[in-house]
Parts: sequence; structure tokens; C-alpha cells
Amino acid sequence: MLALREVSKSFGAVRALREVSLDLVPGEAHALAGENGAGKSTLVKILSGVHRPDRGTLLLDDRPIEFHGPADAQAAGVAVIYQEPTLFPDLSVTENIFMGRQPRRSFGRLDRRAMRTRAVELFSRLGVPLDPDQPTRGLSIADQQLVEIAKALSRDARVLVMDEPTAALSGNEVERLFGVAGSLREQGCAVLFVSHRLDEMFSLCQRVTTLRDGAWVATDVIADITPDDLVRRMVGRDLATLFPKTDTSPGEVALRVERLTREGVFTDVSFEVRSGEIVALAGLVGAGRSEVARAVFGIDRWDAGRVHVAGRPLRAGSPTAAMAAGVALVPEDRRQQGLVMDLSIERNIGLTGLRWGLVSRGAERARATDWAIRLQVKYAHLTDAVTVLSGGNQQKVVLAKWLAREPRVLIVDEPTRGIDVGTKAEVHRLLSELAGQGLAVLMISSELPEVLGMADRVLVMHEGRLVADIPRAEATEERVLAAATGRAA
Amino acid sequence: MRANRWETLVVALLAAVTLAATFGVDGFANGSNVGFLFLDVTEIALMALTMTLVIVAAEIDLSVASTLGLCCAVLGSLWNAGLPIEAIMPICLLTGALAGALNGVLVTRLGLPSLAVTIGTFALYRGLAYVILGDQAVADLPPAYTSLATQAIGPIPLATLLVAVLAIGAGIVLHRTGLGRAIVALGSNEEAAYFAGIRVKRIKFWLFVASGAMAGLASLVFTFRYASARADNGIGLELAVVAAVLLGGVSIFGGRGTLPGVIAAVLLLAVVRNALILADVANEVLNFVTGLLLVASVLAPNLKVRLERKPVP
Amino acid sequence: MTTSTERTHARPNAGARAFVDRVARVRELGIVVALLALFGITGAVNPAFLSPASIRDILLNSAIIATLAVGQTLVVVTRNVDLSVSSVVGISAFGGALILADHPQIPIPVVIAGCVVLGAACGAINGLLVGVARVPALVATLGTLYAFRGVDYAWAGGRQVNAADMPQGFLRLGSADVLGVPLPALVALTVLLAVGWVMRNLPQGRELYAIGSSPDAAVLAGIGVRKRVLTAFVVSGALAGLAGVMWAARFGTVDATVATGKELDVIAAVVVGGVAIFGGSGTVYGAALGALLLSGITSALAVLRVDALAQTAINGALILAAIILDRLLAIRVAKALRKRRYRDAR
Repeated sequence: MLALREVSKSFGAVRALREVSLDLVPGEAHALAGENGAGKSTLVKILSGVHRPDRGTLLLDDRPIEFHGPADAQAAGVAVIYQEPTLFPDLSVTENIFMGRQPRRSFGRLDRRAMRTRAVELFSRLGVPLDPDQPTRGLSIADQQLVEIAKALSRDARVLVMDEPTAALSGNEVERLFGVAGSLREQGCAVLFVSHRLDEMFSLCQRVTTLRDGAWVATDVIADITPDDLVRRMVGRDLATLFPKTDTSPGEVALRVERLTREGVFTDVSFEVRSGEIVALAGLVGAGRSEVARAVFGIDRWDAGRVHVAGRPLRAGSPTAAMAAGVALVPEDRRQQGLVMDLSIERNIGLTGLRWGLVSRGAERARATDWAIRLQVKYAHLTDAVTVLSGGNQQKVVLAKWLAREPRVLIVDEPTRGIDVGTKAEVHRLLSELAGQGLAVLMISSELPEVLGMADRVLVMHEGRLVADIPRAEATEERVLAAATGRAA
Repeated sequence: MRANRWETLVVALLAAVTLAATFGVDGFANGSNVGFLFLDVTEIALMALTMTLVIVAAEIDLSVASTLGLCCAVLGSLWNAGLPIEAIMPICLLTGALAGALNGVLVTRLGLPSLAVTIGTFALYRGLAYVILGDQAVADLPPAYTSLATQAIGPIPLATLLVAVLAIGAGIVLHRTGLGRAIVALGSNEEAAYFAGIRVKRIKFWLFVASGAMAGLASLVFTFRYASARADNGIGLELAVVAAVLLGGVSIFGGRGTLPGVIAAVLLLAVVRNALILADVANEVLNFVTGLLLVASVLAPNLKVRLERKPVP
Repeated sequence: MTTSTERTHARPNAGARAFVDRVARVRELGIVVALLALFGITGAVNPAFLSPASIRDILLNSAIIATLAVGQTLVVVTRNVDLSVSSVVGISAFGGALILADHPQIPIPVVIAGCVVLGAACGAINGLLVGVARVPALVATLGTLYAFRGVDYAWAGGRQVNAADMPQGFLRLGSADVLGVPLPALVALTVLLAVGWVMRNLPQGRELYAIGSSPDAAVLAGIGVRKRVLTAFVVSGALAGLAGVMWAARFGTVDATVATGKELDVIAAVVVGGVAIFGGSGTVYGAALGALLLSGITSALAVLRVDALAQTAINGALILAAIILDRLLAIRVAKALRKRRYRDAR
């Protein structure tokens, strides 16, 4: 029905997709697998008309077609359900479904009754008891996604693309979503399902396409392969060479987290990180890993529990206190949280060293130069805005700004997301070196090879709880994945 | 570096307008008029200093002129009650600071947009001024102070020296201190600033307090300068203040702006106002020109950005 | 709140929904209660407040503000604001009065239509600045607030038009009764019902809410955001033009200062009436009720011999109270939702 033929797409120097082909067939659910940065989201954005391919063609019913924007893709019958739904929170469910193309009566009036009837029909077809009159503000993410699906159905969408729809859902909600997706498939829709969770792909889909580093790796019939096969296709490289973690003997406890709880986010999380140790915090997106990091650093408050840094208790809800205690956080979202994009490299590096009183420009520049050189940031001038740097170099600036404080505990959240392979290795070497010098590193990562290659210990979170603490020697993909998907818990 | 080019433009415009007024407007280029020109924008200049910091921090304070009015009313009523003026003056500054603190609390503690909050306090403070002083004018103020406000060293009024000193102070704060670096950073990206350990809320709170206190200081200058404390003192001045700041190249979205640019814009405004007053134009038409300048100063960079974007496919 | 979320655990969304609904309804009900309290207490202190003449006066006073509040609601619902309305009222009132005084041969309806068109043109300037040139609404309309007033002054040049200069037929419009109800109040009511109907029943009206609720989603849904925002400003301007005519007809004496500062009354009415300052929700009916409440307070202050100068302070306090209340409720809703999601996940 809808197909990609040897599609390529580059962003600047980064080749996000390289000659990828994919066939979506009516009545079939197709899974898209791959690590972060493998090109999954670029592919989805090409299907939804947000990006246009540099080379290659899209085929709709075997005829070439071009999408000039999301509207074209919608007109062609492609509906995309994103992780974060795009709804009007103040308007009712019914209005959300029909906004922009409402049924009319005489004098151009809205036909509220027809709208409501059709909404009720849609929800009964989906088999969910959603009240069409309630505002979407009160809805859970799961219900909001169902509204998006109803919207897609009302447009008679023939291709349903779901981009990590289950990341924020609980077990029951996932089951319900899968029930809906399954019945749509039976009614003749083609479904493309993007997810990190292998068990979900295996229970929902018939075929799976794997991407790695922007390239097509394989397309398999799900029934013919095992989860292990799939992981091997996703990873596909030798871990030992890529991740140069040297063994160190851990020192004193630098960070101790005791029964930390933030209601509705994570519960009873306890762990320790010793100096010289790299501890990975693994788990699925939405398991509460970043939230724990945010709480430890003081961005969010915690409701119960304690945090000690080097034996001293840490005050809740104050990044300043955390910094004073020697904690540093390299956040998940580099562009929004890590850097002030409009400011220069030197100003960004200087941001963590601000004191009362006059700024010495010489000292500011010396500090920036020193760290930029130590981390081998590639730049033209220190006064350039960080926007002009590549993703990898931006990440180095974030690291520089924190390392300049000479922290005791370094928390890195997805340290290599969206950066090229070469810089990735540099970041890994750097983290390893720092640990060797006695820094305690807590690394949150969704990339299994990174976790397994770098970490002395792997902590695994599942639905807001810490479910496993696996030493390096025993850490395998299977064990981590099993814990992360709740099978071992 | 677009900001710098904008400021050059403002300075060039200032030079052109000054030149035009010197030759085109009778009585513009004499000593007493130059003194009056400076004196006339004292309050605007004072409040523009703190407004610059507030807007660079991506907030706004529309209540400054009303705070000024409230402080004038407090001054007038306390003077009527027989307090010595030396005791009243700190109370005025404190009143302004408290008014700013209320804005700051509502913005930082409740997370309300400063625009909505200061529209509310814009009305509230002016209204309180009327409640305190009614529609009377308190004019029997001590001559020592009223003459001080208009005294000059050569052509330069004392009040202008006060502005100059505070402007240099504000410039140092914004461009040469850690606090200034933090203000620029949080105005540009509040989340990233918070993640870098900058105490975003605390800084914003104190900026509002400073803005209020500065309005209190401006109320003293205003009252002594006109030798009259009234509840409607300085009505509409917030427009001129915001116009001067935006015209000076400060981005309404925060994170960008320089103090020298704002000073140039204040002077430009002063020259234009002065030339129009000499040309016998009514006060309300002055406001018309200020309003146009305000819209133009926001419109021009916007259009420029759009024109620059066009050639990109 | 806690009990309601727990009780409805079986139907996960009912609790939150009921709460969100209650928050929405609480405001309009609150105004009605406040109105009743105002009339009850003031009437008890001074029964003259409830006399037909006094009620008629309140209706006449609120007619102009209510008309403006209806227009303002359209703008605020799209997450914008129109501060310039008072200046548009001023320019329309003066312009209309001047034409009527100097050119009595021009038919009254033509003058009225002209005033409305003048207002719409002013609104279009605002709309172009905000919708097309992307100037933040606050800055744009703060600028035009003074710019329009400046034009008004320049036009008037210190002149004042008195009742004696204007045709009697026109002045009668400002005080005539139809079935015992003053004509301006009927006009305001007609405007209210018409706009209220459009906002509820036409896609254009619903799209305004959509834009204010989520501008990004509005673009994705294919809504012409710029065109709708422009329209909202034009309607607000046109209604301000109409309000100018009502002003001239009611007060008879018109100069360039007409309606100065009234933008605060209008915004207070809208915000107190439950229109969210962040856009997306609220009705014109709430805004009109807000206008009625504010006019009622003004009259009550006079009856209770409180200084009329307190009115500005009360407006400010009401605006602050309304946005603080909205914010606190929103925080409670968000908290309730977070906790509920947590329980559901167990």
C-alpha cells in the first residue's frame, strides 16, 4: 500500500537514512526496530510529510507520490500517533476529533449531533468507553492517544504510524492500545509500529524491519526469529572495541540514594555509586530514570527518602545545593536543558562558575579555552554561539561546563544521544578516564551496548521502581532487557 | 552580532534627529533647553534601567508608572500628616520595593505571566494612589528639595548625574557581573539556566523589587521636579519606558539587549519629545509618537528577520 | 477532591472530568452569586439601589463595557489581548459626534455604520501587526492604544462636541426605552447573543478556541491561524466602534479624552468573567456577566458613599484575584491528575 524505495536523508553532515526500503501492507502490523539514532524517527517524519527525502521515492498503491507537508500525508491516508499527542486541551473529545473539518448544517452551523454520533461510533468501533463530551485536558496520555486514533479513523486513514506510543503508558493501557491497533489491522489498515520494547513488537506485529546507523539491516517475519536475533541485528557490532572502559577498584561511596520516592513518578529507589565507578541506570523510556536524576540534582522535589553525597545529606529541590555538594548533571535534552543556544561557547562554559561580583573576562576565557582544549571541542571562535557547533561538539561543551567545576559525582543522561560515532567513542573514553581519576559516574542510557560496555554495575528501572542491580560480569543484554520489560521483576 | 548593528542604527538616528532639531527647531540648541531636555526624561531613564534588566530576563513590568503614582501619593499624604521629608523619602523607596515584591511573588511563586500580573497591579497601584490621596495636589513641598531637583552644574542637571551614575551601575551589573551573565542566560533559556544552578526565581523576584524601588526613586524626582505630589503623577509613563527599552535593541522575548543601546534610545526619545514640545505639539501627540516608535521598534527587527529568511528554500 | 477521585476509581476519568467541569462552571456561578450578594447587601443598606431608575442606570452603564468585553473575549480566547479598545471607542465617539454636529444632513445610520467601519479599520491594524507581523499583542496594542488616542487628539485639536450640537434623534437613541429596557442594553444583548451563537455554533468560532488552546495543534489541524486572529481583532475593533457610538449618544458631551483608561474595565470584566488569560476557554456570556458585576460595583460604591476613586483599585484587585484563582485551581487539577495516574498505574 505505502512503500519506501531506497530513501536517503541527510542533515548537514549526518546521514540519518541511507537507502532504506520498507513495504507496508494492508492488514499487517510492521515493527520498526533499532537503537537510538538508528534513523527510526527520521523515517517516521518522512512518512508523515514533515521531512522530504533527499533521494529515493515514496510509493502509494505502487504510484510515486510526494508529500509537501503533513497535510499531504494526511490527505493520502497516513495518520501518525506521536508519543506526545497534539490535542486542544480545552476542547471536548468530539471537537478534537473533527476540528478543521466539522460536519455542517444549514447556515454553516456545526452539526453537533452528527459529530457526537460519529464520535460514539468511532469509540465503539475502537471498543473503548471514552466520553465524547469531556475536555481532553483531564485525559491520561493513553486516552489522548485513543483520541488521536479516533481522529485518524474519522479521516479514513489507511496507514497508521505509531511512534513509540507505549513509552508513557501503564500495562493495562498498553493492552488496550494493542487491542485497538489489532482490530484496525484486521479491518485492513497497514500499521507501522515503532518501539523500544521487544515484547511488544513480538505480540503485536507480523513483520519487523531493523535499522542500524541509518541503514536497512533486515526485514524478517516475526514468527521466524527470536528476541535475541533481533537484538543482534539492532546492535551488530563488537562491544569490546567500542567501549574502552578500564577496570578500576571503586573507592568510597560518593552518592547514596535511599528509598527515594516522588509520587506518580518513581518509588523507593535506593542505590549507591562509589568514586571511580561507572554505574549505568538502564530501563525503558518512561521508566523514571531521568526523573530520578532530576530529583537527585534538585530540579524536582522528592516526596520521601534521602540522598547523601560523600556522606552528607543533600537538601531536596535545590540545584545550587547539589552543585555545592559536588554533583553535576549533564541533562537529557541538550538543546533545551544543557545549553543556552543563543549564547557563546565561553559564556555557556562560564555559566556554572558564576559568582557574585565582577566577572573577570580573562579568567572566563581561560577557563573556556582550557576545557575546550581538554575535551577537543572543534570550534572557530569561543565567542561563536553554540548553535553553530555539531551535536557532538555541543555535548562536549555541556561536559566542559560541568567538568570545569571538578565535580565529585557526575550524572550523565543519554550522553551520546544524537551524536556521531567518532565523538561517541571520545565521550566514552572521557567518561572512563574520569572514573579512573576517581569521579563517580551515574550514566543513564537507552543504548544497551553502551550500558554493557561502559558500566561497572547496571541498575535497571521498570515502571518507577529499581528492579535489578547487575554487576558487570553478569550483565548481558538478555538480563537487562528482561528486567527492563518487567519479566524478571 | 545583529544587536550591535541595531544599536549603531539607533545612535545614527539619534545623531540625525539631533542635527535636524539643531537647525530645524528654534531654541533647541541652547544651554537651558539642553538642560530641560535631559531633565524631562529623568524618570523615563531611571525606570528604563531596571526595565532593561527585567525585559532581558524575559519578563515585563507594566506597573512602573502606577508604582510611581502610588509612591507620589504616599509622599503627599505623609507630608500632609506632618512627617519630615527626610523620613518620607525612604518610605517612598520602600513602598516602591514592596509594590515590586508583590509583582515578583505573583510571578515567581505562582508562576503567573508577568504581563497579566502587572496589568492587574497597573490598575491596583494607580487605584491605591487615588484612594490614598484622592484628587488633591500636594504642592507645599520644602523648597530645598524642589530646587535641588532642577539644579544644574553647567547645562547638566543634578538629576541627570544621578541617572548617569545609576546607568553606569546597571551597565556594570548587566555586562560585567555574574548576576548579569545569569540574567542574560535565564532570559534566553530559563530551563537551561536552572539546570546550570542559576537561582532563576530568586533573581527574577529581586529584579521586580528593583524595578519597584526604582519607580519609588523616580517618584521622588518627579514630585520635587514639578513640586507637586498627585495620584496621577506619571500616568502613561510605562509606555515611554517600554518603548525606550525595546527601541534600544532589547528583545521582548528576553536574553538579548545592551544598556548603552537603551541609553541611546532614551536620548533619542528625549530629543524627539523636546523638539515636538518646542514645536508646540500637545502631550497626547507626544504619546502618539512614542506609541509609533514602540510598535516600529518591535516590528522592524521582526520584518528584518523575515526578509533575511526568505532566500532560504 | 480526594474522595471523588477514589470513589470513581473504576471509571478512571470520571473523577478528573467532574473536577475539571466543576472548575469551569464555578466561575459563572460565582459571578451570579457575587451579583446577588452585591444587590442584596447594597439594597439592604440603601433600598434606592434596587429602584427601577437605579437598575436602569446600571444596565446603561454596563451596556458599553459589555459590548467591549464581548469583542475582547474573541481576542483573549486566541491567547492575545487588545489594549487599544478604549482609544478606538474614543476616536469613534469623537468622530461620530463631530460628523453629526458639522454635517447634520448625513443620515444617522450612515454615521453609525461609519463609526463601526472606523473601529474595524483600527482593529485590522492591530490584527495585521499581531497576526501577520508577529508583534506580541501586548506590545502592539499598547502602542496603538496611544497612537489611536494621539490621532484622536490631533483630530479634535482641543474641540469639544456638546449635546446641543448633535441631532436630538441621535441623542434619544442613547436613552430610549424599548419595552422598558434601555436601547443600548438591548443592542449589547443582541451583540452578545449573536457573537455567543457564532462562538458556539460556527466552525470559525470553535477555531478561535482551538487556536488559543494549542497554537501548534491548530496549525497541524489546518486552521488558518493568521486569518482567524486578524478576524478576532477586526471584530473587537468594530464592536469598539459601536461602543463609541453608544458613548456619544448616551453622554452627549464628547471630546478627545472619551473612555480613557476603560481598557482596564474591559479586561477586568473579561478576566473576572472566567475567560482564561492564557486563551482557549471562557465564554462571551461570562465576560458580559463580568461587565455587569463591575458596573454594579461602581454604582454600589456611589450608593454606599465610597469614594468613586476606589474603582480603579477594585478593578486591579479583581483582575489579580481572578488570575490567581485560575492558577491555583489549575495547580490543584494538575496535582489531582498526577496522583490519580499514579494510583491507576498500580
